[in-house]
Amino acid sequence: MISPASLTELRDAVLSAPRVIAVGAETKPRLSAVDAVKISTRQLRGITEYDPSEFTFTALAGTPVREIISALAEQGQYLPFDPLLVEAGSTIGGVVTSGLSGPGRFRFGGVRDFILGVRFVDGMGRLLRLGGKVVKNAAGFDVPKFLVGSLGRFGVIGEVTFKVFPKPAAMITLSLPYSAETMARIANSRFEAAALDVLPGGEIMLVKLNGPGAALEVLAREIGGQTIDNTIWDEIRETPWSYKTDITPDQISAFKAAHVSCGGSMAFAHNLPARGMTLRGDAPLWIGGRPRFAIEAAVKQALDPLQRFPSLDD
Amino acid sequence: MSAALERLAELLPPERLLVRPVELAAYESDALTAFRTRPLAVVMPETAEEVIAIVRLCHELALPFVARGSGTSLSGGSLPIADGIVIALNRLNRILKLDPAQRIAVVQPGVINTQVTTAAAPFGLHYAPDPSSQTICTIGGNVAFNSGGAHCLKYGMTSNHVLGIKAVLGTGEVVEWGGGSRERLGPDWGGLFVGNEGLFGIALEITLQLLPKAECFHTVLAGYRTLEQAGDAVSAVIASGLLPGAIEIMDALALEAAVAAVHAEYPPGCEAVLIVELEGPREVVAIERERLDAILAASAPVEMRPARDADERMAIWKGRKSAFSAVGRLSPDFIVQDGVVPRRKLGEALRRIADMSRETNIRVANVFHAGDGNLHPLILFDGREAGALHRAEALAGRILKMCVEMGGSITGEHGIGVEKRDFLGDMFTPDEIDCMQRLRAAFDPRGISNPGKMFPGKEAPALSHVGLHPLEKAGVISRE
Repeated sequence: MISPASLTELRDAVLSAPRVIAVGAETKPRLSAVDAVKISTRQLRGITEYDPSEFTFTALAGTPVREIISALAEQGQYLPFDPLLVEAGSTIGGVVTSGLSGPGRFRFGGVRDFILGVRFVDGMGRLLRLGGKVVKNAAGFDVPKFLVGSLGRFGVIGEVTFKVFPKPAAMITLSLPYSAETMARIANSRFEAAALDVLPGGEIMLVKLNGPGAALEVLAREIGGQTIDNTIWDEIRETPWSYKTDITPDQISAFKAAHVSCGGSMAFAHNLPARGMTLRGDAPLWIGGRPRFAIEAAVKQALDPLQRFPSLDD
Repeated sequence: MSAALERLAELLPPERLLVRPVELAAYESDALTAFRTRPLAVVMPETAEEVIAIVRLCHELALPFVARGSGTSLSGGSLPIADGIVIALNRLNRILKLDPAQRIAVVQPGVINTQVTTAAAPFGLHYAPDPSSQTICTIGGNVAFNSGGAHCLKYGMTSNHVLGIKAVLGTGEVVEWGGGSRERLGPDWGGLFVGNEGLFGIALEITLQLLPKAECFHTVLAGYRTLEQAGDAVSAVIASGLLPGAIEIMDALALEAAVAAVHAEYPPGCEAVLIVELEGPREVVAIERERLDAILAASAPVEMRPARDADERMAIWKGRKSAFSAVGRLSPDFIVQDGVVPRRKLGEALRRIADMSRETNIRVANVFHAGDGNLHPLILFDGREAGALHRAEALAGRILKMCVEMGGSITGEHGIGVEKRDFLGDMFTPDEIDCMQRLRAAFDPRGISNPGKMFPGKEAPALSHVGLHPLEKAGVISRE
């Protein structure tokens, strides 16, 4: 295990071994369970830039998300996509490479929708900055987005820039019986729910509402169901799920044992699903295979010609 | 007839293979009218299979191609190549699927941006990205250039709304990434593809996410004595914790243009007008509008005009969205710039632009997305005057360099295209450009997919007289 303490050292670390993989807090251990020298980002820690009026921050890859969330909260801001395993110590670099978003993905999008820029080391040991540091930028190819979910197989992330939003004044959580119709009614409505999840078992649906408290009470009455404690979202966020699957709302009934999130776009499970990605345990990384195109090898060759990083199949 | 044309003629009937100069004329330019090139031919496929066959033929023959929708690119993204063909995608204009339960639409690249929202409207849904050319620009072009609009701070750009892409790459390979789910596993290939400026290939089917239409809007127009006061008002709104759907500013010259063009009415004696729009459930807007109105009232406006109904709201937006083409009333020619600066530096950026304008004696009108620091300086000149275009371009270049120096970007939403390729090196190091070129080569090893765009160092296409796009003159499109 190498622990670089600067981006220059990170570059050296990438070049120091024939095969390397970056790890953060290893809260999703299966993603980096490969035969390679591990580069720990634990010393690449800290928020390097944060100006609340810009709605952006920049942080080193090994910065615990917990630190970021608390720095943002002090300024009344937050990451709307609800990063997972925050108390477990997950790092912002790990959030990006794993591509994991939580329930809040429903309203404004996931990790991919809030990442603005990245500094990373490619397979040739070059420290590159792609994307930008401002909330709007269309210059060059969107490599930052590509690295979301790339599992460190195309480059090692050293620093990231994210967009953030002002934190809503209040939150209300509703619990009501799940049915596809009820979910569609709420998802397509004027309510602008912040999250829409189905608990394991497929019986109970949770609705998160964000906004001014007085308005939420009116909306909650119209939606119906029972108001429950908001801490349920913390439990969901901290659950060490073993598997994640991307689904569509019409597949919810096939994922009854799982926690279904984001209005029926993600399923998190403890038991092996028919398809998906393994986050912990010994199951294959990709359960039920994954789509393959020739362009994948060509892009791998472009970013990592010496195969210094493992492949998506390792 | 050249060998390439003979081969194309095997794929398409003669009426969909244009080769006569009179037919090609309409495709020589896009909305960056300073550049003009006559292609070898224009092909008009009607199906995805035809597009694939054409691209594969181009790959075999090393024949360059430029995909084109409505030709509204402001960065010259669909400028033809003299020895290449234009693939006009307008006939691939079907909405293949609209699923209100999943809140998605699957569309072909030639579908017009607003058609998606029109189709989704009966279900209470809409497609969020709204470039000002939205009544004519195509989704294929939006995907290629990651188009923006007035609502990017809250809702993001095109890329944030593309869930899946089927595309034919420059290699001839057909790929399918993502689909109906908001989430995906593995690297975000679709995210990499959006904004490729046509250099990776051509999108054939695009899955878009639809959002519920906001129930209620609160749109306020506020006039200020100075641009700085308007900028301070923006800072106050941002600091308040509100998240408006749009925050726009127009300066005096832009206001003058909007008054002349669409008879927009603004408070007299104002150097700047600010537009702020809140949206959401009526109960939420009712509370937030009180806060917004109080913040704006405290920002020393000359006058505040909240829209009292949908018509007044539309009138406010009409003035704003027409501002660019309206500038055509003030000047025979103009260049639209698209730089981004950190929001806190907006005031400084505008002061420096005003200084440069005075120093060079070139008039500059400013219309911008203040919420995300996206400036659109409109640089006015008369192309009939010797050297005027060159001087205007030099000023545009200085503004772009200033944006980079301030930590911003050379393009917020129009892309690099041919227009800003010489400035790519101001934003990225040689290694970073090399990385992007390696990616480009992976997707398009023969360099046939929209060559000459984004990267510096290619031969410059011919310059011609600058002016309004014919569609702008006709009032069909406007520039963001």
